[in-house]
Amino acid sequence: MLLVVTALAIARVRNLFAVVALGGIYSFLMALALLVLDAVDVSMTEASVGAGISTVLLLGALYLTRVDEAMPLRFSVAPLIVALVAGAALLYGSWDLPPFGDPAGPIHHHVAPRYLNQVMAETGVPNVVTAVLASYRGFDTLGETTVIFTGGIGVLLLLKGRRRRRGSGGAAP
Amino acid sequence: MAGAVAHFGNWVTVILMVIGLYVVLARGNLIKKLIGLSIFQTSVYLLYVGPGKILGGTPPIIAEGFTVYANPLPHVLILTAIVVGVATLALGLALVVRIHEAYGTIEEDEVLGREGDS
Amino acid sequence: MMHRETIPRVVTKLLFPFILLFALYVQFHGELGAGGGFQAGVIAAAAVILYGIIFGLSAAHRIAPPWLVEMLVPLGVLIYAGVGVVGLLLGGNYLDYFVLDPDPVHGQERGIFWVEIGVLVTVSSTMIAIYYAFAGRGR
Repeated sequence: MLLVVTALAIARVRNLFAVVALGGIYSFLMALALLVLDAVDVSMTEASVGAGISTVLLLGALYLTRVDEAMPLRFSVAPLIVALVAGAALLYGSWDLPPFGDPAGPIHHHVAPRYLNQVMAETGVPNVVTAVLASYRGFDTLGETTVIFTGGIGVLLLLKGRRRRRGSGGAAP
Repeated sequence: MAGAVAHFGNWVTVILMVIGLYVVLARGNLIKKLIGLSIFQTSVYLLYVGPGKILGGTPPIIAEGFTVYANPLPHVLILTAIVVGVATLALGLALVVRIHEAYGTIEEDEVLGREGDS
Repeated sequence: MMHRETIPRVVTKLLFPFILLFALYVQFHGELGAGGGFQAGVIAAAAVILYGIIFGLSAAHRIAPPWLVEMLVPLGVLIYAGVGVVGLLLGGNYLDYFVLDPDPVHGQERGIFWVEIGVLVTVSSTMIAIYYAFAGRGR
């Protein structure tokens, strides 16, 4: 799949501008894959967030730092081994998962049928994703909103203060 | 062969996860590490949304004439996870910018080296 | 920023209202089709960020002043939490929408509507505030 090729390119390329551009391509491909998997809301979010906002933020961070990645001093094989072993374990585990697209999978028999059957009678909102997001799982979404709020406050606290140059002491806020 | 088709989505998920993990572990550049973390994150999106698909189903928007819908629950979880992910990515990037201002570099080993000097 | 590039400037001027309109469509049509507060917030923030990239940060500050954006960040969370408190005051549980209207289904719709507004306000203003923080740092 194209996703894997793009991800490999991201792992290899050292110019960080190229990496960020590839990241945008990767996000659009991921949005396409999610669209094929019938997740329209998620696909829309990924396309706007992953390819839009993330790219702008990464470019902004690159502008403030520097563009090229240094060559590693030595090629270490340990991370490769760790990643491959973890991947092999995951592949071994995935063998027991139910086959793709099977309506008999256990995921489709817990609370999802209740949501799908009752949503029109209880909320009158045809988009089940919105209904579950805002109504059935309102507490979750409140928590997520608070997390976003906290993240924004953290960024403001880290970056909003006056810039302190090294050597020119006394400019501390 | 049927087994290969049935598990292809899982393989893609695992391969992406391994690439992300490798980038996080092996690369010293802090921005590159954050991008690797994002790849890892997107593989988790696939892991959640993939099993929710039913062959022949439609997106979970109730309409006349359809009876088979994809499972809406993973969609909700991943939807919020994406937006929270960008907030945490921004927080990480802010930390990287501050590290660059303090140490003049965003390579992990150089930061550690300068920490040892001073 | 790009002060001499004519085509991006004109195209941005043309696109800007339509992006905002699309964000509102996604927001208020989110109960019927794909979309919702999270997506609409991100799209609205993308409009302001595009404007800031093309016309410079000070132009973006004119249409979305930083103090306003920073005030909206907690306001969204408060709207969301306030919906829950209203439910409490009307005799239900926290975040219980059935009591918001005599007709429970209408109550649900109303609750979802206000909750999505809260999400929209938080997400869009947080994204704009983060962009301002990064872009303002460079000078």
